[in-house]
Amino acid sequence: MATEEKSKSALTPEQEIARRTRRSFMVLGAGAVAAAGGWTLLNSGDDAGVPPSLRKVLRFNESVVRSTLYSNDHLARTYPASAVGDLKENGDFGLDDDVENEDWRLHVTAFGATSPATALTMADIRSLPRYDQTIDFKCVEGWSVVTQFAGARLSDFTAKFAPGSEKAECVGMKTPNAEYYVGLDMPSALHPQTLLAYEMNGAPLTDEHGAPLRLVIPVKYGIKNIKRIGSIEYTDTRPKDYWAERGYDWYAGL
Amino acid sequence: MAAREAGQFPAGQRYTVDFLKRICKEGNSGDGVHSEQHSANGWNKDARKRDNRFVTVLEEKHKLATRWFHWINFPILSAMIFSGLLIYWAYDPYRIGVGSVTLFHFFPDWFYKITGIGEMLSLGMGLHFLFAWIFAINGFAYVIYTLVSGEWRELLPERKSFGEAIQVAMHDMGLKVPLPPQGRYNAAQRLSYSGIVVMGGLSLLTGLAIYKPAQLHWLTALAGGYEWARWEHFWLTMGYLGFFVIHIAQVVRAGWPNFRSMVCGYDLAEVAEPSELAQAEANHGD
Repeated sequence: MATEEKSKSALTPEQEIARRTRRSFMVLGAGAVAAAGGWTLLNSGDDAGVPPSLRKVLRFNESVVRSTLYSNDHLARTYPASAVGDLKENGDFGLDDDVENEDWRLHVTAFGATSPATALTMADIRSLPRYDQTIDFKCVEGWSVVTQFAGARLSDFTAKFAPGSEKAECVGMKTPNAEYYVGLDMPSALHPQTLLAYEMNGAPLTDEHGAPLRLVIPVKYGIKNIKRIGSIEYTDTRPKDYWAERGYDWYAGL
Repeated sequence: MAAREAGQFPAGQRYTVDFLKRICKEGNSGDGVHSEQHSANGWNKDARKRDNRFVTVLEEKHKLATRWFHWINFPILSAMIFSGLLIYWAYDPYRIGVGSVTLFHFFPDWFYKITGIGEMLSLGMGLHFLFAWIFAINGFAYVIYTLVSGEWRELLPERKSFGEAIQVAMHDMGLKVPLPPQGRYNAAQRLSYSGIVVMGGLSLLTGLAIYKPAQLHWLTALAGGYEWARWEHFWLTMGYLGFFVIHIAQVVRAGWPNFRSMVCGYDLAEVAEPSELAQAEANHGD
């Protein structure tokens, strides 16, 4: 403060404010240049459809959410039947092949196995306890529709058809033609509201909504709710994910 | 105040306008210069004209911390609004209208065409979830700084601010309404500068309610549900844009010294020399 006074006394107030103005506008200008440079740097490069720095941020946010917020006791809100709306048939990736429901099989590769050991039929899925839930189906685009689904819990399915696979880090699922595929973290896969669904709004799934069996995972955006599952694999590494390869967050949790 | 005798004002000592206002209370008629920041409108300009024994001094207007918070927030909020638009584009249902009559749809095709916004949802999400951290940290730091430094006293609305803000607004719109006496910030500024901070907090909360509606289901419920949270988040952003337009208009109106003070922190002020002070004191005898 004393030195400040001294330097001030050497200059008139007009000179002093001119000096301060020059100095601080130079700092402001340098800041603007740095911000523009940072913005360019931030938006450069590509890691599966999104700049690498932003990919790192998505991974960081995922780790924060998983270590602080996520719990399988946190349930997505459920709704009365009267709230049900009309769910769009938003994506048909992997659905263009004609698969007759009676020919359909679900190929399961348990944790540690190298090839599918079992090919399950719908009768196997229906042998599991049936759960019915009306949830708000949320698209990554921002819209949502209250929809009723019924099916088996993925946690029950895992315990019965791939026992011990709960130890895996991840679950990967693909359509029969492998054109659409999702990767899930194990906690979300074992969430009590995560269903292998065969009914929607009181009727069997239509082809457009993924007959005969689709995933319903209310703790994820719609992009993870894969239609017409052909295979399930329990892995230690992150399975590839269709929309994560196209710039979206691999975790995509809600 | 003990400093009443002339001897208490040593020659060469400088006094700020704020100090002078406290002891010379004439001229509170409200005809003072009014600016986006603040002005010496408690000080009688006529008295200044009558007597030229005034000196020009530097007066600190904005602390370094306040200026940094402000100028960091500006580009960060811009990045939040830009990336928010990239996200909103993917589902853009909001409009001004009643029933089937739409006065304005957010946003018309020409808007997307001019801005080039579209088909960048994933980029928008990546950017939004990065800048949200910086926006939140800068905002929290500002609130804590304001509380600790005591500057909240000059920023929070007082009971009288609500009525006075209307007077300020009418005056600023050119109506012949006298300005109420003000401190560092006038009533309208107190309301808007506090309101914008509250809005920032609400943006964070509604944003979290949209971001993790399952994990933070209580927060989403508090916002009225997922869809309402998104609606609120959108209109808060429109609120920032409204604030921005008025803010810029007021800054332009207030002029260069006011803008400069937000960058360098200082402005020039004219203050009375000690003899004048003593005279003013004696006349008042309070």
